[in-house]
Amino acid sequence: MLTLYGQELRSRLLLGTARYPSPAVLEDAVRSSGTEIVTVSLRRETAGGRQGGAFFELIRALGVNVLPNTAGCHSASEAVLTAKMAREVFATNWIKLEVIGHHDTLQPDVFALVEAARILSAEGFEVFPYTTDDLVVAERLVEAGCKVLMPWCAPIGSAMGPQNVPGLRAIRAQFPDIPLIVDAGIGRPSHATTVMELGFDAVLLNTAVAGAVKPALMASAFARAVEAGREAFEAGMLEPRDFAVPSTPVIGKAVFA
Amino acid sequence: MKRILIKGAGVAGLTLAHELSARGIQVTVTERQPGFAGAASWFAGGMLAPWCERESAEEAVLTRGIGAIDWWDRTLPGAVSRSGTLVIAPPRDAAELKRFAARTCGFEWLDAEAIAKLEPALAGRFQQALFFPGEAHLDPRRALVLLRQKLAERGVNFIGVSEDDGAHDLIADCTGASSIDSISGLRGVRGEMLYLQTGEVALSRPVRFIHPRIPLYIVPRGNGLFMCGATMIETADDGPIAARSLMELLNAAYALHPAFGEARLVEAGTGVRPAFADNLPRVTRTGNTITINGLYRHGFLLSPAMAAEAADLALASDLKGDAA
Repeated sequence: MLTLYGQELRSRLLLGTARYPSPAVLEDAVRSSGTEIVTVSLRRETAGGRQGGAFFELIRALGVNVLPNTAGCHSASEAVLTAKMAREVFATNWIKLEVIGHHDTLQPDVFALVEAARILSAEGFEVFPYTTDDLVVAERLVEAGCKVLMPWCAPIGSAMGPQNVPGLRAIRAQFPDIPLIVDAGIGRPSHATTVMELGFDAVLLNTAVAGAVKPALMASAFARAVEAGREAFEAGMLEPRDFAVPSTPVIGKAVFA
Repeated sequence: MKRILIKGAGVAGLTLAHELSARGIQVTVTERQPGFAGAASWFAGGMLAPWCERESAEEAVLTRGIGAIDWWDRTLPGAVSRSGTLVIAPPRDAAELKRFAARTCGFEWLDAEAIAKLEPALAGRFQQALFFPGEAHLDPRRALVLLRQKLAERGVNFIGVSEDDGAHDLIADCTGASSIDSISGLRGVRGEMLYLQTGEVALSRPVRFIHPRIPLYIVPRGNGLFMCGATMIETADDGPIAARSLMELLNAAYALHPAFGEARLVEAGTGVRPAFADNLPRVTRTGNTITINGLYRHGFLLSPAMAAEAADLALASDLKGDAA
């Protein structure tokens, strides 16, 4: 069981809600993924106003936990303002904090991220920061009050999969007790399995499912990939070695080949 | 003779008026205001592009939209341009073209030479494109004006919303986004667009430009006028275009051809598309009211099929009424 800010969850897959062909397709994908948390962008869907009522109604009607996000914010103050708006709209203290620092790679501005995380944690928010795999930044985020970390494994929407496996291993080793969710960069189910095998607690995806030809089918593929990776991690995997090891003992056979 | 009152003079209302009057029914259409300023269809791209739309739309948009090209050509001779659609991607997003191709059909791959042959203005700018030869486009504003004119000549009566020209057997509600608050499940999807004018670029067909977030397109309207659209934002807010949207639309135009940088911005507009959760339109009947709504971004593409369905529903009830 995964616990995020006191909330117990069976599913270790979190889904974004942007870029689906229609809300109906989104709903199908959410159902077949078995996800218990969807993340929704406030800025993108409201164009700066507090409208977007019908879409937010559809999101609420999914009946899963809503994790509002600050996608599209480029400064700490903008992100703080958006988080406050999100708290009103969705009546939750949860906030997926994104502060974009580079418009081309959508790389987080980790300085503004830490600043916004400190402000929001002090105001009672439960912050899910979207960060890089930098250990020192992760340390600062924890000091700022974050009890969950969401490192990327590749740039948002890139579908490249884990680019820095040793870095991901290091962050896992450094924060054994903090739930770690890989956010961004996952393109296919095998990527999700890989990071789950490394011991990450969950995976957050959007484009990989929303952009698939059959989003609902892809959502279920990811659900199983995440479970497989988790079970493999819990089961304990073999370490690779340089030479073959026979699975059947050879002593006692008539002929040694 | 059956008398039907159609509420709403956007593309849904006018195509239905055409369908019903062709079937010998006496039709009155109410307009909220003279002109089409309140209609989402006034801000439409006018692309009759069922194959391209399949990239993000359900199969029904292709199957039901495929007849629209012939319908508009038959109904408004000369208004439809059958020159296909070109889909291109900036070099860094070339992989996205493959994705677009995987989700659609009815296209051919073009190389740089073939692109130059088709659209000389784009020569040397793009290495790969998809060409959908079966698609067409029209100028939605001209089409709406011509269709209204044709209907008036046919004897369709146009009145204001508060006027009453007598008793009607049936009401057809084609009020689109105005009904968002009264029809359950209907929502608004904001679309922002702009018109650019330049004599330095010539295009013969709509060009779709693959963009990570919004389906961007540039449609030539003739006389150096280009329509550039359109954002997709989940809100019923029809306020002025956002700076960011303006920037993204202009960026796309500029990336397509740098001469658009010198073009004049002659209009920026916002329309609200009415849509149901599956982004497919519905024709329903409650009592004496038939409703067509939820045409989303497919007003010109799907309204002929919706009008035929609604007219069938109206006439079927007519037969039932006669029998009773």
